[in-house]
Amino acid sequence: MTLTQRDMRDVYIETLSELAKEDQRILVLDADLMNSNGTAQFLKNFPTRAINVGIQEANMIGIAAGLAATGKIPFTHTFSCFNTRRALDQIYMSVAYAKFPVRIVGTDPGIMAAFNGGTHMSLEDVGVVRGIPTMTVIEPVDNVMLRAILPAVVDLPGPVYLRLNRKQPEPIYEEGTKFSIGHGQVLREGTDVTIVATGIMVSEALQAADLLEQRGVQARVVNIFTIKPIDVELIVRSAQETGAIVTVENHNVLNGLGSAVAEVLGDHYPVPLERVGIQDLFGEVGPVDYLRQRFEMTAAHIAARTEQVLARKVERF
Amino acid sequence: MTTLSTTDIQRLADFATEIRVATLRQFGTLGFGHIGGAMSIVDLLAVLYGEVMNIDPQNPHWEDRDWLVLSKGHAGPALYSTLALKGYFSLEMLDTLNKPGTKLPSHADRNLTPGVDMTTGSLGQGISTGLGVAWGNRLDGRSNYVYIILGDGESQEGQIWEGALFGGNAQLANCIVFVDYNRQQLDGYVDQINPLGDLVAKWEAFGWHTQEVDGHNIAEIHSSILKAKAVQDRSSVIILQTVKGKGCNFAEGIEFNHHMRFDQAQIDGAIAALKGVN
Repeated sequence: MTLTQRDMRDVYIETLSELAKEDQRILVLDADLMNSNGTAQFLKNFPTRAINVGIQEANMIGIAAGLAATGKIPFTHTFSCFNTRRALDQIYMSVAYAKFPVRIVGTDPGIMAAFNGGTHMSLEDVGVVRGIPTMTVIEPVDNVMLRAILPAVVDLPGPVYLRLNRKQPEPIYEEGTKFSIGHGQVLREGTDVTIVATGIMVSEALQAADLLEQRGVQARVVNIFTIKPIDVELIVRSAQETGAIVTVENHNVLNGLGSAVAEVLGDHYPVPLERVGIQDLFGEVGPVDYLRQRFEMTAAHIAARTEQVLARKVERF
Repeated sequence: MTTLSTTDIQRLADFATEIRVATLRQFGTLGFGHIGGAMSIVDLLAVLYGEVMNIDPQNPHWEDRDWLVLSKGHAGPALYSTLALKGYFSLEMLDTLNKPGTKLPSHADRNLTPGVDMTTGSLGQGISTGLGVAWGNRLDGRSNYVYIILGDGESQEGQIWEGALFGGNAQLANCIVFVDYNRQQLDGYVDQINPLGDLVAKWEAFGWHTQEVDGHNIAEIHSSILKAKAVQDRSSVIILQTVKGKGCNFAEGIEFNHHMRFDQAQIDGAIAALKGVN
């Protein structure tokens, strides 16, 4: 099976295990989702270095902080809703305020919770952790990127939130591509507008750019995989060069990527902005394709919103 | 460690008085503070830092040191007095409690205060971080201990019982938990707000080696720690029957003594009374 055909969780655990062979500090904690997250394989690989705490997310985060106090690099795992909002005060005080390098891995973000439905659909996870000082927030887009950036994730000095799709992702990058945390990437050049996307929405953004090209619009597509610290330079340059921005995220448009980009534009170079994502709604149950339609997150929706921002750009200039 | 001699007991009782006096002086520089829950853990701190703990005040980050996690972080000033008297920092620094730019905030902060091992304040979290430290030390094959101090009001937090379940099953013999059972919380008496019931039975049910002692009796505290250390196959908890505000004549016996305002004359009077009984 090629790298692109594999589930992200398998590539994640394989890469983390490779790193753990060399780095004794790496430990894994899970809260009764080892068989969902793939951490059961890490437990097989390193029986003394993985802890299943049971269904105790707050305790898991606290134990991870204590382990970090003894020099370990603990990775905590559960669904993104539980690994953020369920344990937010523990993440805030025991981890971040206390300055411990805990890595919080939230799986099934946003509409990827699919058949678990609205109760499990984290549409605020990026928002709540983004507001915590020193936190790095990363959403890897595909297996090539995940494998490439994980060593740097281990070595970051502060706490990290890794927003991780478990399933087979749409391949975006060629093997061997280099990445740098905090730096976005231009996936497609364009001069009329910039679409800034993250996670599962990057492939939709690229399809939207194809649709727009057929209509004579040249859209730049940027993958912002580090939502905090966000790549201010690239966003400002894109605003200057293309004059309009569309953000695309699998998250509430409040407090996530759309807000982060709006903050950058407001601070440095305001241009018309449209924010594609969940429009401050709760999630609901269903297949991912249905949810993309339901929450207006398809390539066609992105293209339509791009045309709206272009109309605003014309009015303005 | 062996049983304490009469001289040792007197030395530790004197140390406890010194901690109380220094803590009252500290609070006196401000005129307000969490006096009740600070005074109730002083005798425990005297036994731990005066006798039991393997520490090096010149090297607070020494990897083989014993750790203290003050989960009831609002009792920080009592810990600061203890650490200053042990030489982690100067006694003059105690006058900076809560002043702008201080290294001594209301709630314990590992990144600010030499000798403070864990950041606490939001209640319920120190049991988990303490268990994490104990697990990490066990993984590394260290023989040091982690001491965790919980409040009784704090034991209303669900996270305490997540930790109790996990810690009971983990059988961390290098971890000893204390519960400062002073029976009072901010809004009054624990038994009138949300009672803890049979605390001994609860911890036993969670699989812990459980003891209950007089938290102001130096010899009892010490011997309970010896007994806990002799248990090799279980995590240990020691429930300390204490009095909130113990040794501070204007706080002890008062219903609302969790956080109080006071003037210098009250502080001076309390210090004089402490020295008188000593």
